[in-house]
Amino acid sequence: MNNEIGLVIIAAGLFFELAGCIGMVRFPDVYNRLQAGTKCVTLGVCLILLGTLFMTDTLPLQLKALLCIVFILITSPTAAHALARAARVSGVKLWDGSVVDQFEKE
Amino acid sequence: MNRPVLFLLLSLFWMLLTWPPDLPDSSYLQDVGVGLVVVALVTWMMGRPIETPARRWLEPKRYGWMIVYLFVLSAYVVKANLEVAYRVFHPAMPIRPGILKVKTRLRLPAAQTVLGNSITLTPGTLSVDVREDGELMVHWINIRTLEEEEATRQLIGRFEWFVERIFE
Repeated sequence: MNNEIGLVIIAAGLFFELAGCIGMVRFPDVYNRLQAGTKCVTLGVCLILLGTLFMTDTLPLQLKALLCIVFILITSPTAAHALARAARVSGVKLWDGSVVDQFEKE
Repeated sequence: MNRPVLFLLLSLFWMLLTWPPDLPDSSYLQDVGVGLVVVALVTWMMGRPIETPARRWLEPKRYGWMIVYLFVLSAYVVKANLEVAYRVFHPAMPIRPGILKVKTRLRLPAAQTVLGNSITLTPGTLSVDVREDGELMVHWINIRTLEEEEATRQLIGRFEWFVERIFE
């Protein structure tokens, strides 16, 4: 469809991927790391897929890119939720600088 | 959504993924066969199908709200990413994390699931647990307020309204 637009979108996606990766290293505990890991990487992957959608002319390929975006938007937050819940239920402590912890066991 | 509907939806998803068929190449038939077997397995393994009253799927205005919500959510997702990216690259790493408890008035499991996923995808928040009575445990990367009503408004107010119109 349009190579330039696609490249710009993919570049933006790569920026968010980079932010997500650096966040995974810099942030202090598992919950903050999940924040960086899910948000930035979800948008990064979605933008890269969107870029591919713009760069190709084949309809089946574009359709698959769209389907993958939908799939990632559903699965990625669910996986992060499962990880965060498992961590908190099994007693992983929050970072020392955390302000509050109102989590209650069921 | 009961099991037959789930089976049909998943099959449709798989058909779209393997489309177009390379007939007369017979490997397409193998693809479809394997897909149907896996879809059947997944449907069978699913412990508790999501309960949504069937007539709700027939009201067109719910789909309208769904499309509006998709755009609103996309805007928040981009904003969320810029916010987290800012905290990642800032030398002092300005974060004030913690887990807050908020209450939602949504009761349907499907609506609560969508709300939880929306929270996870958007500005600095991550849903840690969702209880059936509508209590949500939310990890917030930069807590602005500890007061319950204000926190509820800031965390879920912007989505609850839409999700309620789509599902409830």
